[in-house]
Amino acid sequence: MIAFLLKRTANAAFVMLAVALLAFVIFRFFGDPVEMMVNEQATQADRIELRERLGLNDGFVTQYTRFVTNAVQGDFGISYRNQQDVMVLIKDRFPATFELVLVATVISLVVGIPAGVITAVYRDSRLADMLQLSSIVGVSLPSFVVGILLILVFSVSLGWLPAFGRGETVDIGWWSTGLLTPSGRAALILPAVSLSTFQVTLVMRLVRAEMLETLRADYIKFARARGVPTARVQWRHALRNCLMPVITLTGMQIGNLIAFALVTETVFQWPGMGMLFIQAVTFVDIPVMAAYLMIVSLIFVVLNTLVDVTYAWIDPRLRDDTAGTNG
Amino acid sequence: MENTVPITARPSLRARISALYENDLWHSFRSHPSAIFATVLLAIVAFTALFAPMIAPQNPYDLAALELWNSEIPPIWNEAGQWPYILGTDTQGRDILSAVLYGSRISLIIGFASVLLALSVGLTLGLMAGYFGGWIDNVIMRMGDVLLSMPFILIAILITAVANASLPPGLKDVLAAPILVFAIAVPSWVQYARTVRASAMVEAKKEYVQAAKLIRVKSWRIMLQHILPNCLTPIMVAATLNFGVAILSEATLSFLGVGIPPDQPSLGTLIRIGNQYLFSGLWWIVVFPSIQLCLIVLSVNMIGDWLRDALNPKLR
Amino acid sequence: MKLRHILLATAAVASFAGSAQAENVLKWGANRDIGSLDPYSYGDSFTINVLNHVYEGLVRYSKDLKIEPALAESWQILDDQITWRFKLRDGVKFHNGNPFTAADVVASLTRVSDETSPLKGNLPAYVSSKAVDDLTVDITLNGTYPLLLNDLTNIHIFDEEWMTENDALLPTDIGAGTEGFATYNANGTGPFIVESRQPDAKTVFVVNPDWWDEPQHNLDRIELTPVNSAATRVAALLSGEISFTNDAPVQDLPRLAAAPNVEVLEGVDLRTVLIGFPFRETLTMGEPNPFVDKSVREALHKAIDLDLIHQKIMRGKSRIAGATVAPPIPGYVEALDDLPGYDPEASKALLAEAGVPEGLEFEFNCLSDGLVNEEQFCQAIASMWSRIGLSPKLDVAPRAVQSPKRTNGKTDVYTLGWATLPLLDSYSPLLQIFHSQNGNAGVFNWGGWSYPELDALIDAAGSELDLETRLSLQTEALQMVKDETIMIPLHQQPMAWAITEGVAEMPLFPDAKPRLWFARMGEGS
Repeated sequence: MIAFLLKRTANAAFVMLAVALLAFVIFRFFGDPVEMMVNEQATQADRIELRERLGLNDGFVTQYTRFVTNAVQGDFGISYRNQQDVMVLIKDRFPATFELVLVATVISLVVGIPAGVITAVYRDSRLADMLQLSSIVGVSLPSFVVGILLILVFSVSLGWLPAFGRGETVDIGWWSTGLLTPSGRAALILPAVSLSTFQVTLVMRLVRAEMLETLRADYIKFARARGVPTARVQWRHALRNCLMPVITLTGMQIGNLIAFALVTETVFQWPGMGMLFIQAVTFVDIPVMAAYLMIVSLIFVVLNTLVDVTYAWIDPRLRDDTAGTNG
Repeated sequence: MENTVPITARPSLRARISALYENDLWHSFRSHPSAIFATVLLAIVAFTALFAPMIAPQNPYDLAALELWNSEIPPIWNEAGQWPYILGTDTQGRDILSAVLYGSRISLIIGFASVLLALSVGLTLGLMAGYFGGWIDNVIMRMGDVLLSMPFILIAILITAVANASLPPGLKDVLAAPILVFAIAVPSWVQYARTVRASAMVEAKKEYVQAAKLIRVKSWRIMLQHILPNCLTPIMVAATLNFGVAILSEATLSFLGVGIPPDQPSLGTLIRIGNQYLFSGLWWIVVFPSIQLCLIVLSVNMIGDWLRDALNPKLR
Repeated sequence: MKLRHILLATAAVASFAGSAQAENVLKWGANRDIGSLDPYSYGDSFTINVLNHVYEGLVRYSKDLKIEPALAESWQILDDQITWRFKLRDGVKFHNGNPFTAADVVASLTRVSDETSPLKGNLPAYVSSKAVDDLTVDITLNGTYPLLLNDLTNIHIFDEEWMTENDALLPTDIGAGTEGFATYNANGTGPFIVESRQPDAKTVFVVNPDWWDEPQHNLDRIELTPVNSAATRVAALLSGEISFTNDAPVQDLPRLAAAPNVEVLEGVDLRTVLIGFPFRETLTMGEPNPFVDKSVREALHKAIDLDLIHQKIMRGKSRIAGATVAPPIPGYVEALDDLPGYDPEASKALLAEAGVPEGLEFEFNCLSDGLVNEEQFCQAIASMWSRIGLSPKLDVAPRAVQSPKRTNGKTDVYTLGWATLPLLDSYSPLLQIFHSQNGNAGVFNWGGWSYPELDALIDAAGSELDLETRLSLQTEALQMVKDETIMIPLHQQPMAWAITEGVAEMPLFPDAKPRLWFARMGEGS
C-alpha cells in the first residue's frame, strides 16, 4: 500500500511539473511581458532595462527553475493588470468559486440521484422517458444558453432573483461567504442551477446505469426472493451499491466544475476565479493565467490521486504493480 | 458484429443489402423513433449548412453585401418584417437565417474536423503505445496523463488565447478555425488512445505477433485487422458523443470571445453578439442561433446515446 | 402585472433590509473596474475620475466646468513668467488626520513627474517645485505656458508623511515584482474615504465627515461594482440591484426609459471619435502605403456614410462631426465642422486616380472595450470601405492587446477617441495627437505624421499667454489638420447615464466624468 501511495504521489508530482513546464513555456513565449507592462510613453531604453531586471534575458532552464521554485512557494508574481500579488488575488476569489461549485454539486446529487433511480426502476414509465429526454436535453444545452435563459426569465421577466454578482457577503477570516446573507443566497441560485445542469444529467445517467446493473445482480434477486419489499431493495440495497461510483464521479468532476465555472461566472458576472481568469485572458495578464492553470490543475490532480488511493485502499486488486506480490 | 466478417468471403450486393436490413443495428434504429428523429434533423441541418452558399439569401461574410439600412429588421411574421429576411437581420444588416446557416456550417466543420483529428492522432498513438510498449508507451501515456490532469475547457481556452495573442490580424481570419480544431482535438485524443492501447496490448502479446516480430515481418496489417474491430464499438460511440462535445466547445469558446471572430461568425459568436441586445427587443439575434445550436447538439447526442445503448449488449 | 409589482417591491424591501438602515447608499454599476487605488499608476481617465472622489487637486472644475480653487486658495504668476505661486488652503486634513501642507504638494508633484510615472505626460511643462512656507508653493515651468491650471485639475495630492511611512514616494514600479502600498490603500483629502476594495468585485467609499468643503451631496456610501456586460447592467438597473450607471447601453435606452423605476440621462460627450492613418512607407503586410497620399485619405472619408452610422448604430444620439474637437472646446469654430459629403463614386474615382490597387488589404484596428458601440461602427465602416473596392481587415480586441500594436506602428488604420481631458482645450489634441513625435509632444501620433508648419503653430500656441491670440493659432492649426485629412472625425459620441428611483439628483457633465459630490438621493430612501 505504501509503495502504491508513493508511486501515485510521484506520478502526481511529475504531472504537476509537466503542467508547470507547459504554463511556463506558453507564458514566457507568447506576447511580450515587457510590452504589456510599459506605458505608452516608454522609450526603447526603458524596455531593455525592464527586460534585464525581469530576468527575461536569462537562460531557459534558469527561468524555468525560478518559475517552479517560486510557484511551489505560492509566488506567481504580480498581476500586470491589477498590480496585486497574484496569489492574493486568487485567494480572494477562491471562496466565490468554491461556494458556487459546492452548491452546484449538492444540486446535482439531490436532483440527479433520485432521477437516476426513478429512470432505472421504472424503466418504461412515462416519467422515466420524460426524465431520460430531459437528461439528454440537459447535456445538449450549452451552459451559457441556460444562463442567459435563466436571467431572462427569473431576473428580467419575473424579477425574482438577481442577475449578477454575489449579493452581500460576510467575512469569516479571509473567507468571504455569501451563504450567510439572504441576498447572498438569492444571488447563488441562478448561477448554481446553470452550472449544475450538466452535472445533474451526468449523475443521473451514472446512477441509472449502475442501478440497472445492480438490479440484475444475484444478491438483489435473492433479496427479492426472500421477500424483502421491492422498494426497500431498490432504494436501500441497490442504491447503496451505486453510491461509491457516484462519489467518485463527484470528486473527479469538482475540478471540471471549477474550470467550467468560468463560463457561468462570465454570464452572471460572478466574482470568482474563473472570471479573474477570463479577464486575464482578455487583458493578456500572463502571471494570473499561469497561476490559474497551475492551481486548477493542482486541485484536479490532488482529487484524482485521492480517488485512486481511496479505491486502492478499498480494493487491493487495483494496486496494479503490487498486486502480483501480494498474491 | 458485421465488421468482423472476414473480408475474403464477400457476399453478393443483394445479400449484403438484405443483411443490412436484418442486422441488429438497423433493427434497433427502426424501433427507436428518437434516433430516427435525430438523424433526420441532423441530416437536414447538415444539408442546409453544407449547401448554405446556394440556399442562403445572402452571403453574410461579404462585407460589401451588408446594408446598414436593413439592420434590425424583425422576423418576417412580425409586422415590421421584410422579405427576404425571414428570421430578421442583426445590427449590421446581416440576414439572421443566412448567418445561422453559415454559422452552423462552421460549427459542424470544426466539430467534425476536430473529432477526425483527435481520432487519427489517438488511434496512431494508441497503437504505437500498445505495440511498442516500453519507453514509447511511457512517453505517450504520460503525455495523456498530463493532458487529462487539466480541465478540457481550460486547455482549449489557453491554446486559442495564445494563438490569438501571437498571430498577426491578417492571419487570424484564416487560421481561427484550424486553431479551434487543434485546441479542441488536443485534449480529446487521449480517450481514443487509451482504448486502442488496451486492445493493442492484448493483441501484441499473442503468439502470431510475437512470431512476426521474431522473423521481422511487419505485423501491422494483421494487428490493425484484429485490433480495430475489437475497439470499434467504444470508439464509435465516443466519437459520436465527442462530436457533440466538440460543437459545444467551439460555441463556448466563441461565446467567451476567444473563438471565431465576429466578421465570420459561428453560432457561438452569433450568440455572444446577440447577448448584448438581449434587453433591447432584438431577441431574434440571440434566439435563432441558440435554437439551432441546441438542435444540432441534441440530435448528435440522441444518436450517440442510441448508438451506445444499441451496441452495448448488457443493456439490451 | 400586479403580481410583478408586488414581487419587485418585495425584492426592493429585501435588498434594503440587507444594508444598513437610513443610509443613503448609491450603488454604482460601472462598465469596468478602476485599475488601482493609485491615480498615478495608470494613465487611465476612468480610474483618475473615480479616484477624484478620494483625492483632490490644487484646483478643480466647478459644476459649470470653470476652474475654481480647491486645495489651493489663490495663485499668481511671478515676474519671471515661468514660476507660479500657489497659496494653499488652511485647515485641510487628509483622511488619516494629517494636516495638508506645502510639503505634500511638492512630494506629489515629484511623484507624478517621476521618470517611471505613467502620468508624467499630463504635466508637460513642469520642471520643479518648492515649498516657500507651510502653505505656499512655487512651481517652475520650462517656459511660458497657459494651461497649467487645467493640467493641475487632474494632479491629485498625496500625504507626504503617509507616502514616506509606506515607501510610496515613487510611483509603483511593476517591474520590481512587489505590490505598491498606494495601489491598495488610499489617503486623500476628498469628500469620500475608501472603506474597502476587492478588485473587479466591489469598492466601497464612505462619506468623509471632515471634508473641508460644504458638501452638496447627501450620500453616505458609494458601492462601485464593475458590471462588464451591457445586458447584465441593464438587468441590474431594471431589478434595482444598482442605482446608477455611467454607461447605459445606447441600444437599451428605450427599454430603460420605459421602465417605471429608471430614469435615463442623456447628453453628447465631448469625446470626438477619430480614425487615424499610417504615414509609414509600407503597410503592415508589406505593400507600399497609399495613405500618405492626401487624396486617398479623402477618398476613405467620402466613403463613410456618417449619417447612416449616426442613425443606425448611434441611434440618432451622436453628433456628426467635421472638426476634430467638439463645439464647446476653445479653439473650435463652426467652419471646422463642414462635411465632405458621402460620395462613394467620387471615392472610387479618387482611388483610381491615385493608382490604389483593387482589393487593397490593410488592417483596421478597433477596441472591443473602447468607444461607444465601437465594434459596430468599425464593422459598418469596414463594410463601407469594401464597397469602394478596398479589403480592410478588421482587428477587434481589448485595449490591453491593441495598445502595444498601435504605439509601435504594428497596425495600419485605427480608431481614437479624444475628449481633450483634462485641459478642455483644443491645445490637448494638437499637442498630443497632431504634433510630430518629440518628447511630450505627439505621444498619440501613432500614424507617425510630421507637418513642420503645423508643429510651428502648435508650439507658438503653447507659449502664448494671451487667450485670443492663442485660440486663433489653435483654430488655424485645426483647419490645417482638417485640410490635410490627417484623421477622419466621425462624431461626438453619445453619453447615457441611468439612475433608479431613489436617486434624486445626478448632474451629467459633457466630459462624461461622474462627480458624485453633486449627487443627491431622494428623501426617505
